[in-house]
Amino acid sequence: MDTESAYSGYSYYSGRSRGSHRHGERSRDRHKSRSKESSRSEKSVTINAPPAEPLLGDQSVRGEEVQDDNWGETTTAVTGTSEHSLSQEDIVRISKDLDDSVGLDCKRYLNVALSVILGLVVFLTPLAFLILPHLLWPDRLRACGTACEGLFISVAFKLLILLLAVWALFFRPPRAGLPRIFVFRALLATLVLLFVLSYWLFYGVRILDSQDEDYQGIVQYAVSLVDALLFIHYLAIVLLELRQLQPFFSLCVTRSTDGATQHYNLGQLSIQRAAVVILENYYKDFPVHNPALLTASKSRAAKHLAGLKVYNVDGPGENNAAAGIAQSQSRAMIAAAARRRDSSHNELYYEEAEHERRVRKRRARLVVAVEEAFTHIRRMQEEEQKKAPGDVMDPREAAQAIFPSMARALQKYLRTTRQQHLHSMESIQQHLAFSITNNMTPKAFLESYLTTGPTLQYGKDRWLARQWTLISEASVTSGLKDGTVFLLKCIDFSLVVTTKKIPYIQLAEEFIDPKSHKFMLRLQSETSV
Amino acid sequence: MSFIPGHPVTAVVQRIEIHKLRDGDNLILGFSIGGGIDQDPSQNPFSEDKTDKGIYVTRVSKGGPAEVAGLRMGDKIMQVNGWDMTMVTHDQARKKLTKKNEDVVRLLVTRKSLENAVRQSMMQH
Repeated sequence: MDTESAYSGYSYYSGRSRGSHRHGERSRDRHKSRSKESSRSEKSVTINAPPAEPLLGDQSVRGEEVQDDNWGETTTAVTGTSEHSLSQEDIVRISKDLDDSVGLDCKRYLNVALSVILGLVVFLTPLAFLILPHLLWPDRLRACGTACEGLFISVAFKLLILLLAVWALFFRPPRAGLPRIFVFRALLATLVLLFVLSYWLFYGVRILDSQDEDYQGIVQYAVSLVDALLFIHYLAIVLLELRQLQPFFSLCVTRSTDGATQHYNLGQLSIQRAAVVILENYYKDFPVHNPALLTASKSRAAKHLAGLKVYNVDGPGENNAAAGIAQSQSRAMIAAAARRRDSSHNELYYEEAEHERRVRKRRARLVVAVEEAFTHIRRMQEEEQKKAPGDVMDPREAAQAIFPSMARALQKYLRTTRQQHLHSMESIQQHLAFSITNNMTPKAFLESYLTTGPTLQYGKDRWLARQWTLISEASVTSGLKDGTVFLLKCIDFSLVVTTKKIPYIQLAEEFIDPKSHKFMLRLQSETSV
Repeated sequence: MSFIPGHPVTAVVQRIEIHKLRDGDNLILGFSIGGGIDQDPSQNPFSEDKTDKGIYVTRVSKGGPAEVAGLRMGDKIMQVNGWDMTMVTHDQARKKLTKKNEDVVRLLVTRKSLENAVRQSMMQH
């Protein structure tokens, strides 16, 4: 998903300057926490929502405004061939890319640098503890016996393990960028820093000042430091990795535009981490968002209002008098619409039946065309390749050869199911070459066009992985609780997430003796006498 | 006709005397029985109480000696020639009815309509 590392959270900076002035924790955690950058919609900057903001009402108003203003543009972009037209999404995306690539690289490198410095300090502390006595008072130092030298080996290996473990846990490239700091990492970094500082304090006062001669004691002190660091690392593993594995909450994710719903079981996570998990699953579980499928219901809604012909040319936000008139007008419209005998349900039924019939007819033609096209191609065997090198084609050319015979049927089918903007001719030919190479049947080739797949199946420009905004009333670093609701907003749709606690299951036991399975015959005979 | 285990059963009965018909080597009575303590009482269509394991008349052949004597389908047979029929197995009941050396069987049967008739006549008084 988010493999480019050029982004660090814009809101890191704002989060940092806002709340936390702890210098030490800036280091490790900022870099290591998965930095999900906050996106900006074309109208407002949403980094973290203030708690008093109503969630859905605000969004719907904004959404309607967008729809009203760009109505013409989005419709034409969807129905035409999408090779050269720019929709609002594209404009936003381009401006975003320009924006983000400029100012944020230095932040990220700063984070990396600070975390590396902290890591080096922690790593070199035991070595410093061991080396400083030799440098400062070598003559007074008691010689190191065998047991002491054994401890050297243990320090070396433990440091090596610590190095590998810290790299594995903290220094791998992050999967996602989060809006706020990762609380656990911050706490752990603070803990480590305090710990190391207290060890240095003790060392400085008791050993350096008094120039202790007992070298074995110093070595044991260094070993104890490394042991304690390993235990802190163990705590880090439990807090960061293990705690969220046990399922605790069940999250219900609904897409606002078409109602597609999924459920996920998650452990105890903060809201932002839960959002990342949900988004990762979104790309594989939810069918791709198709705005073309929503125009039918919108036109029906428009017809309801259009029945009484009230024009409201100015947008919302006019002066109070006009707003008052508009309100009373809308109430009158609703009342009139309720009284009128509405036959739109009838139209909907017949329209849907007609559409279904049309889709099935086109689908039948498509399947036949593709099957026939596939019969024109045959895989050449090894011996034939050597014998007749004349008319040999590689998969790409073979695909281009048979594509024209099925192109028309495929294009018509995609138009009827309103998927034509999801597949370009290039991608269709590529998929055809891929199917031919892997000996797929026509049905296997068609599967990706007959059913809408998850978003990952389509091109990268559909992913919009950098455009997500987390909208939440509770603080996004607080943990999930029963009844937490938050929104994940993309450009033209949003995911509504509600949380429920997994019920506590009480199991009872019942023992059945295997010898207790006994049966008898039930007869009802009739005898004539 | 419901019974409580351990208590005596009271019922309004009708005496029916059937003369067996000789058909070749067999003596036939002209009806079929069902039920018995070794059978499944819940499948009995004639009993009121589905735990009643008594012997019931399931079929009466037309024009046979039983019909002539007044036996009806659904009657519960309480006694045959003095032998009790309320707590017998199906086979024991068959044996008591088909003894080769008896020409006549005297049954005590009960049915719901008898009880209703008696109750009605008692109410009239």
